[in-house]
Amino acid sequence: MRDSVIRTLIELGQQDKSLKLVTGDLGFGVLKPFWEALPNQFVNAGIAEQNMTGVAAGMALEGNKVFTYSIGNFPTLRCLEQIRNDCAYHNANVNVICVGGGYVYGSLGMSHHATEDIAVLRALPNVAVICPGDPTEAELAVKKIAHTQGTCYLRLGRGGEKRVNHVIEEFEIGKAYKLRDAGDKPLKVAVFSTGAILEETAIACDSLEEQGIGVEQYSFPTVKPIDKEVIKDCAERFDHIFTVEEHNIVGGFGSAVAEVLCEYGTGTKLHRIGINDFYCIEVGSQKYLRKQVGINAEGIINKVKDIISE
Amino acid sequence: MTSEQLAWLIRRHGVEMTALSGGSHIGAILSVADIMGVLYTDILKFDKDNPEWDGRDRFILSKGHSGASVYAALAENGFFSVEELKTHYADGSRLSGHVSHHLPGVDFSTGSLGHGLSVAAGRALAAKQDGKSFRSFVVLGDGECNEGSVWEAAEFANHFKLDNLVAIVDHNHMQSLDYCNNTLEVDMEKRWKGFDWNVIVVDGHDHDALRKALTDTSNPEHKPTVVIANTVKGKGISFMQNDILWHYRFPHQGWEYNCAVNELHQSIPEGVVDPYTPDGCPEMIPEPDGLKHTVSETYHPTYYTREVEER
Repeated sequence: MRDSVIRTLIELGQQDKSLKLVTGDLGFGVLKPFWEALPNQFVNAGIAEQNMTGVAAGMALEGNKVFTYSIGNFPTLRCLEQIRNDCAYHNANVNVICVGGGYVYGSLGMSHHATEDIAVLRALPNVAVICPGDPTEAELAVKKIAHTQGTCYLRLGRGGEKRVNHVIEEFEIGKAYKLRDAGDKPLKVAVFSTGAILEETAIACDSLEEQGIGVEQYSFPTVKPIDKEVIKDCAERFDHIFTVEEHNIVGGFGSAVAEVLCEYGTGTKLHRIGINDFYCIEVGSQKYLRKQVGINAEGIINKVKDIISE
Repeated sequence: MTSEQLAWLIRRHGVEMTALSGGSHIGAILSVADIMGVLYTDILKFDKDNPEWDGRDRFILSKGHSGASVYAALAENGFFSVEELKTHYADGSRLSGHVSHHLPGVDFSTGSLGHGLSVAAGRALAAKQDGKSFRSFVVLGDGECNEGSVWEAAEFANHFKLDNLVAIVDHNHMQSLDYCNNTLEVDMEKRWKGFDWNVIVVDGHDHDALRKALTDTSNPEHKPTVVIANTVKGKGISFMQNDILWHYRFPHQGWEYNCAVNELHQSIPEGVVDPYTPDGCPEMIPEPDGLKHTVSETYHPTYYTREVEER
């Protein structure tokens, strides 16, 4: 996902020299192609994220389309006030790229688990929060936000995510995309996910279908603004909606869906699948930690089956 | 308008705006008044009829709490009416206590310390990349230099040889609760030299010295420039000078206001008319008890004890 984003940025940057990439001294091996292709549009700001973000705001206010780049919580929580005051309040064209949303850097420990960022960034006015589910969504999202004025948070996974099989004719900020229909099966649910946990969610949905459960699956590459129409439509047609995110269940994607559902007011029940409000002290890979906290395919399947068999 | 005239008017507006609004930071407004006066007469390039003019010098007041000083400088330069200054802090006003960019002539909102230098550096870098010739100015507080982000930006600006970046430190030697050196002791000059900037130290109330330092900041090594302007907090009103109380207290109606205005009138530059009290105020003398509550020893005894004991 990150490599396809950088490839896309190089293409865009070659057409538009006001596109600038500013890194907080991270991206070894990832950013090199951009650095080599467009050295005058690349800035390494050093390990100093507050300054990186303030500099990006200043460059953006001079007419540049700036992307900041770092991993985990460094481009977001470490410099949150610079995002709020310097970028968002001034509606500066700064796109904050985080590589490593969720447990990508699982083995490195809690400092590197980006598991509250969606909630925090979602709370900032003027900030779009975009969490692509696969490389296709990521490429389209980058193209879109590069040409959209304002501050945006782009939360990526790692490298090597599979492309899920879906066709997006036109990517729009704030739109969810349907991956499969529930059909006319008597037992059916809606499953929404955001971000790279899409890969686990797709496996889970395949399995649920095989077990005779109708699944209407959506990927939400945008958490803010959220696609209210899809949520309301599903609320009219399903008794149970499940949300899946590699993020704390407090304030994140599930919460965003809950806000819409509650105000809309059908009897649909929402079930949030995510990290149940704790810091993960276990050591292990992303795959291992997803399993431990119950957000891998197996965890999703079990949760759905438990609920609908109640 | 001369810089001396503008600086005087900034002080006079500052007294009026804080008195009317009950607003804070008159001490910091008075310390920075001469710096702002010089910048907005003899240094900054701007066009009041076209505030977004691309050739303008960029300016950020990073110590946003002295917002009244930039509002006064802009109003006196015709960006908006002087009358509007009286709405400072008021319901529905555009003039927030800390600087707001929702006003013509203000490029950037501040209020949280330690942000302005990075943004000014980003603008300076963009100017270099785009071959533009404007300079990027930023005024910092000395207390503000406690913020680590200032030093992130200092490293960055030096590395990228941003010789079009000019920082001015309003070094009034006091911060929110105490003197700077009682808070986190620092040698301002040494610190900026340590970051390898082009460092110029001046008397921040000497207009000729400020002009000389700020007119041409180019240097053979292409370093960013910092002008450390040694100032006095509360400068120009004797009972406010060097008294931490006036970081937050506003001049109350009665002797505080009258004595402040009359003291400014003693040094009114030729050609300036006081827009509020053209003939000054009725004479009043400081109340003995009143004066007592304006000295620091009685204002915040817990932190001041150490200083008193040491004397």
